[in-house]
Amino acid sequence: MSLNGVEGEDRNDFTREESKQIRNRSRRLLMSLLRPLWGRVTLTMGVVIVSTVAQVVGPALIAYGLDHGLPALVNHDSLPLALAVGAYVVAGVVGAVLISWYTVLAARIGQAVLIDLRKRVFHQTQNLSLEFHESYTSGRIIARQTSDLDSIRELLDSGINQLVQGALFMLFIAAALFSVDWLSGIILFATLIPLGFLFRWFQVRSQVGFRRTRIASARLIVHFVESMTGIRAVKAFRKEKRNAEEFGRLTEDYRDANSKVIQLFGVLDPGLVLIGNVALAAMLLVGGLRVANGELAIGVLLAVLLYTRQFFLPAQEMGMFYNAYQSASAALEKISGVLEEKPSVPDPTTPIDLWQAKGAVRFDGVEFAYTPDRVILPRFTLEIPAGQTIALVGSTGAGKSTLAKLISRFYDPTDGRISLDGVDLKRLHPKDLRRAIVMVTQEAYLFSGTVSHNIALGKPDASHAEIVAAAKAVGAHSFITGLPNGYETDVNKRGGRVSAGQRQLISFARAFLADPVVLILDEATASLDIPSERLVQEGLQTLLADRTAIIIAHRLSTVSIADRVLVMQHGRIIEDGSPSELISGSGRFSQMHAAWRDSLV
Amino acid sequence: MPRIYLGMGAALIASLVALLIPQVLQTLVDGPLQDGDAQEILFPVLLVLGLGVLEAAMIWLRRWFVLQPGTHVEARMRNSLYRQLQELPVSFHDRWPSGQLLSRAVSDLNLVRRWISFGIVLLVVNVATIVIGLIFLLSISWMLGVIFLVCSIPLWVYGYVFENKYSQIARHSQDQVGDLATSVEESVHGIRVLKAFGRGKDALERFGVQAERLRATEIEKARAIAGIWLWLLLIPDLTFALSLLGGVWLAANGELTVGELVAFFATATVLRFPVESIGFLLSMTFDARTAVDRYFEVMDSVNTITDPAEPQILEHPEGRVVFTDVHFRYQDAPNDFPDLLNGINLALDPGETMALVGLTGSGKSTLTALTTRLYDVSCGTITLDGIDIRDLARADLRRHIAMAFEDAILFSATVRENVLLGRPDASEEDLAEALSIAQADFVHSLPQGLDTIIGEEGMSLSGGQRQRLALARAVAAKPSVLVLDDPLSALDVDTEALVEAALRRVLASTTALIVAHRPSTVMLADRVALLEEGRITAVGTHSQLLATNEHYRFVISSLDEDEVTG
Repeated sequence: MSLNGVEGEDRNDFTREESKQIRNRSRRLLMSLLRPLWGRVTLTMGVVIVSTVAQVVGPALIAYGLDHGLPALVNHDSLPLALAVGAYVVAGVVGAVLISWYTVLAARIGQAVLIDLRKRVFHQTQNLSLEFHESYTSGRIIARQTSDLDSIRELLDSGINQLVQGALFMLFIAAALFSVDWLSGIILFATLIPLGFLFRWFQVRSQVGFRRTRIASARLIVHFVESMTGIRAVKAFRKEKRNAEEFGRLTEDYRDANSKVIQLFGVLDPGLVLIGNVALAAMLLVGGLRVANGELAIGVLLAVLLYTRQFFLPAQEMGMFYNAYQSASAALEKISGVLEEKPSVPDPTTPIDLWQAKGAVRFDGVEFAYTPDRVILPRFTLEIPAGQTIALVGSTGAGKSTLAKLISRFYDPTDGRISLDGVDLKRLHPKDLRRAIVMVTQEAYLFSGTVSHNIALGKPDASHAEIVAAAKAVGAHSFITGLPNGYETDVNKRGGRVSAGQRQLISFARAFLADPVVLILDEATASLDIPSERLVQEGLQTLLADRTAIIIAHRLSTVSIADRVLVMQHGRIIEDGSPSELISGSGRFSQMHAAWRDSLV
Repeated sequence: MPRIYLGMGAALIASLVALLIPQVLQTLVDGPLQDGDAQEILFPVLLVLGLGVLEAAMIWLRRWFVLQPGTHVEARMRNSLYRQLQELPVSFHDRWPSGQLLSRAVSDLNLVRRWISFGIVLLVVNVATIVIGLIFLLSISWMLGVIFLVCSIPLWVYGYVFENKYSQIARHSQDQVGDLATSVEESVHGIRVLKAFGRGKDALERFGVQAERLRATEIEKARAIAGIWLWLLLIPDLTFALSLLGGVWLAANGELTVGELVAFFATATVLRFPVESIGFLLSMTFDARTAVDRYFEVMDSVNTITDPAEPQILEHPEGRVVFTDVHFRYQDAPNDFPDLLNGINLALDPGETMALVGLTGSGKSTLTALTTRLYDVSCGTITLDGIDIRDLARADLRRHIAMAFEDAILFSATVRENVLLGRPDASEEDLAEALSIAQADFVHSLPQGLDTIIGEEGMSLSGGQRQRLALARAVAAKPSVLVLDDPLSALDVDTEALVEAALRRVLASTTALIVAHRPSTVMLADRVALLEEGRITAVGTHSQLLATNEHYRFVISSLDEDEVTG
């Protein structure tokens, strides 16, 4: 079985096949992140290799000083000692300076990778369709972009430094050991067998463990984000205690996952020391015997012992960073899953430009279903001429919003095609699509920043005068100027206090500023008071004069500005005609209209 | 945390053992190796082996001791933070960007765990190892030891400089991580708007700028670390060179045996890792300290809305709600601004339904939030059955008064859990009744009926469906007082009529305060209160107000009939 995208993200019982597939996926991602940096990576590797060599010659120089410098000095020849000390100083300075340089170089690479990854995930998040977001939940996508990226950051911050340096250090020390005494080298070589087993054991076990920490932390974040976003309801319905219990369970799960991994590490770390010390004793025995028999210089034995100790020192440190590495690769696996997701509403490969859209919308044999057995909109054909204002009415769940979402291409139809001025939406350049078609929904989300910043979202390069004009046109100007800093009031500072109605006015102004040829209003006036709604409608009358509009509203007052009314029921358009026709008829709409008129009195 | 101390103890023993190995080497070099006596080599070698195994065992023990505290402290801190955040008033949440809270709960506490699990013990032990090692060095050769001691002085000085520099950068970096998290959260929660306007690119650009800022900080951090690394590597190397010079010279003059020289270098090598590790241990420590600072910023925030010391108990409230001279202003409102609510006087009789009417932004929603103490009044009182609501336990108060907000807030849980949020022990009949009053019977046709998990924030439901669930939730809580903030705005006319009819049954026996924008909603109420410029300017029946009050007519009267039929 193969896993696609975020599939199986919550599982931790992958088969060998699946596990391999996931690893390959995240390796591919890693390589694609590093590819543009090859030049710098090569330079950095060069620097670290030279610096490690410089560090590794130390014990050899000490051995030289001891075996040659000391006898020479006894004979009043100080040159060998001076050479050894001089070389040591040079090696030390070169090593330290290069390592310090390397630290900065590596940080640059790490940060470049990180920022690339951050932007990719962010971009992918924006690209993925609503369908994905609705099932994946915002908390999880936030977890991917926060805690998962954190653990990669942790590795890049310091871990990778130590890991690369440590590995090279071990390699060179092994080489140096071979060159000073090959027999000791062989002993060291022999320790690679238990070392290999130990690391392999750790890798296999910790991979499972770290995957579990990623899953647990994502759950934690989902719960956290949700309860903070809904804090009002939490408080009003006294959910605090139940939440705390639930959160406590999730925390405990995360704690347990983490502690399992640390436990593994608690075996790895002393294991390394044990192997190192046993090797040390073995070399001491073999070397000591040879020194006693006069086959080995004592300085060489010292070098061997120092090297052995140094060989295993970074191993300990490396264990710690291997930890970071495993944690980061578990995170990368999850991220690579998100990045692999194919947007179900993909951008066209060969987009068609449409500079001056007129606004004629056509549904051609369109069908929409979430799943084959849940058909929301059965096949239909509908023509909306440019400039027409349509009121879309019907009870909740009749499919009005779905229709609106299809026009704004939040979803693609399961079958058939939707076109704007004859161009299939699927092939229309996204930029042109978004410029031509704008939808205002009931949830008017405000981003942190000022009121004017929020309105300017409709047209980022708008001047202040344009922003004010848009606000005036929808009747938002007066309440905005009443805010502490007018248009420059920070909506975040006033938190949930910009009322729902005011938020809707701001998002109206946003749409007005965007100036699309097709405007879709999905219940966009629901929270407005009647005077505001009246102002908006006056504004709409001028606004909609030369553009196509689809207005979904439960308040049938909207119908007054419509050229045509579509009545929907169970996903089908059951009535279609001018308002006056339908009102005077005997269909569904005339009933609805009568009921609504009654409700006004 | 005795385990931490035990862990440190084990670690110290491990270091001591490691330092003893060179001592054995010394006796070996000066004894059997010099004499060429192969027989006597075995015992010292076994001793080295034994010490080596002991070191490993001690390290294992240290891990075992320190394993639990790190994760436990982290979990405890995270739970406390969460509890504190739930406890803090809504005004706190208005002020704090959510990403900053998230980054504290996740990123910062991870730093703390890492520090406790790895950092603290290594730091203490490594410093101790360095000190003990120096003593060993001094005992081997006081002259060489002094060289070591003197050379280490610049390190301590630099460490101090490093602290100041690094701590600042760490704070910056962690704050920026929080900003980034906020952007991420907003881009996800506001995805519909970004998509509708095709502004994903702009959001990405803004995010990119923030990420660049973080990158710059992180590279500055790397520079600081590179700085301390330089000295941590350079100084030991220079010291080694000096010691080699001095040591060989001493040995040549017969003041030091070869074995002592071997032991000296072996000991000094043992000390290298502890010295080098100081760099990252310090940065880890400062990261953790900054994280703890940030954590306590939240923990030390004063909760202004708390339970009274001796809460009054209200067993069966009648539901008389009285607002007396209620004033309210948001804390950060400028001084020259009048109070948002500027002397509200209003009384709801038990069982009465009061509609609250006023222009957008006149403070209706704020007024409803005051009733359950989501905010506290700035001055004046609100009483329930004559008891100041601040004298009731919050949980009691919120059991007696249930709310439905203008934006329906749903959680990713089953329909059942969402609706029974206010009364988890309610019976199936109550649940069914609440759903039917709110005309939310559509839930039965969801894939798993009442046990369907509705998407987080109920996103896959339509606005009207969400609103009906929120209404069902308030009704299911069976409170004495219902506070409904524009509860029917997203419903179509037919459904609205059905809900109203059903709601009347509930409202007959329950006190209710209903924010209304539409005449149809107002019709549910016995009386209407008009909110205007922070005060209640008129109270009466709909027709009374319609007949006598100009402002009321302006606010509530529908669009002209002509326009409708137009």
